[in-house]
Amino acid sequence: MPLSHIPIIPIENPQVEIEDLNLYYGESRALKDIRFGIPKANVTALIGPSGCGKSTFIRCLNRMNDLIDAIRIEGGIKIDGENILDPAVDVIELRRRVGMVFQKWNPFPKSIYENVIFGLRIAGVKDKTMLDETVERSLRRAALWDEVKDRLHRSAMGLSGGQMQRLCIARAIAVHPEIILMDEPCSALDPRSTARIEDLIRELRGDYTIIIVTHNMQQAARISDYTAYMYLGELIEYGPTKKVFTKPVKQETEDYITGRFG
Amino acid sequence: MAEHLRRGIEELKKKVITMSAVVEENVAKATRSIIERNSELANEVIRGDLNIDQMEVDVEEECLKLLALHQPVAIDLRFIIAVLKINSDLERVGDLAVNIAERSLFLATQPRICMPFDYETMSNLVQQMLGDSIDSLVNLDPRLAHKVRAQDDKVDAMNREMYETVKSEVIGGPEYINCLLHALSVGRHLERIADHATNIAEDVVYLVDAEIVRHTPEYFMD
Repeated sequence: MPLSHIPIIPIENPQVEIEDLNLYYGESRALKDIRFGIPKANVTALIGPSGCGKSTFIRCLNRMNDLIDAIRIEGGIKIDGENILDPAVDVIELRRRVGMVFQKWNPFPKSIYENVIFGLRIAGVKDKTMLDETVERSLRRAALWDEVKDRLHRSAMGLSGGQMQRLCIARAIAVHPEIILMDEPCSALDPRSTARIEDLIRELRGDYTIIIVTHNMQQAARISDYTAYMYLGELIEYGPTKKVFTKPVKQETEDYITGRFG
Repeated sequence: MAEHLRRGIEELKKKVITMSAVVEENVAKATRSIIERNSELANEVIRGDLNIDQMEVDVEEECLKLLALHQPVAIDLRFIIAVLKINSDLERVGDLAVNIAERSLFLATQPRICMPFDYETMSNLVQQMLGDSIDSLVNLDPRLAHKVRAQDDKVDAMNREMYETVKSEVIGGPEYINCLLHALSVGRHLERIADHATNIAEDVVYLVDAEIVRHTPEYFMD
C-alpha cells in the first residue's frame, strides 16, 4: 500500500514508541491497542472528541497515571529505547525528562525566580550562579524574560494568565527535559496569549519533543508536524499534519476535522 | 458552525453550477452563430458576458468569505480551492465565447468560405469536453475528468493541422486571407476553451483525490 493510504504511518527512529498500549479504569478500557511512534524534536498533536483518551494517553508518558489506583496499564512505552512502564524506572527522573504543562497554569505561590528553579532546589542545587543562569535561560526560552526581569523576586501570582502559562513552560524547561507534554495549554487563554504560546511551541520545536493535546483543530493544524486522531480510546489516524488536514485517509477523521461528526 | 459552513458550501456549489450552465450556453451560441452566420446570436453572446463577469466576482467573494470565516480543512478546503480556480477558468471560457462571436460578426459580412478545418467536429468535441468537465464537477466524478484530459490531445492535433491548412490556402488564394485569419482565430479560441475544460477537469481530480495531476501525462483508457 502506498504511504499516502496508510492511516497510521510508521515513523523512522521514533523517540517514543507506543506498543499495543491498553489502559483500564477498573473494568472499562480507556485506551485500546495504541501503537505508533513519535518523532524526536517535532510537535505532535493529539486531537479527538472529549473522552477519547487523549489526556489519559499523554499522562502515560510520564506515568502520571501511577497516582490513580484503579488504573491498570498493559503494553509498552519506550522512550529512547527504554521501557518506562518498567516498575524499576525512577519515576522522578522520568518526570524530569518528560515535563508537563497543564490546561490551567499552576505556578507555586512563590516568587517568579523560585518557581523557575523549583526542580533544581528539589534536586539540591545550591550554586547561586547556576540558579541565576537557569532562571535567565529558561525565562528567555519561554519568551517571558523581558516582561519579568525586573520583578523576579515578586510573587508569580501577580502575572497574567498568559504569563503564568509561560512561567510554567519556563519551569518545565529549567530541568532540561527531552519531552514536554502539554494538555490543552491555551484553552483558558485569550487569542493574543494563545498566539504567544503557539509561537513559543514552534520555537521550542527542534530542541524538545512536544506532545500536545488540543481541542482546537486550527491550533493543531498551525503548530504541529504530526497529528494523531483518537476516538473512543483508539488511534484512528496518525500522519503528517499537512496530510491529515488536506487529505485524511479515514472517513472518521475527515468527518471530525470538518465538523460533520457529533 | 459546521452546519453554517455546510450551507455556505451548498450555496457556492449552486452558484458555480448556474454560472457554468450560462457559460456553456454562451459557447454553444457563439459556435452556432458561425455556422448560421447569425449576427444577432453573436451579439447576444457579447451582451451576455457581463452577466458571467458578475457571477465570477460573486463566486470569488463567496469563496473568500468561507475561507476567512470557517478556516475549512480537508474536503471542504479542497472544494473551495477547486471552485476558486474553476471560477477563473469559466470566466475565461466566457471571454473566449465573446471572441468567437466577434469573429462571427466579421465573417458574416464576408463571402462564405470553407473553414480551414473540420469546424463542426472540433466545436462539438470542445463543447463535449466543457460539458464533461462541468459534469465531473457536479458529480465529483474523477473518471470523467480523466477522460476530458485525454481528449485535449485530439483538439491540440486539430489545431496544429489547421495552421498547415491555412498556410497552404493563403498561398493558393491570397484574396481570402482576411477570412482565413479570422477562421484561424476561431480555431485557436476553441482550442483554448478545451484547455480551460482540461484545467477544470484537473481541479476536479484534485478535489476528489487530493492529487495534483497538472503537467503529468494522462493514460485514460475508455
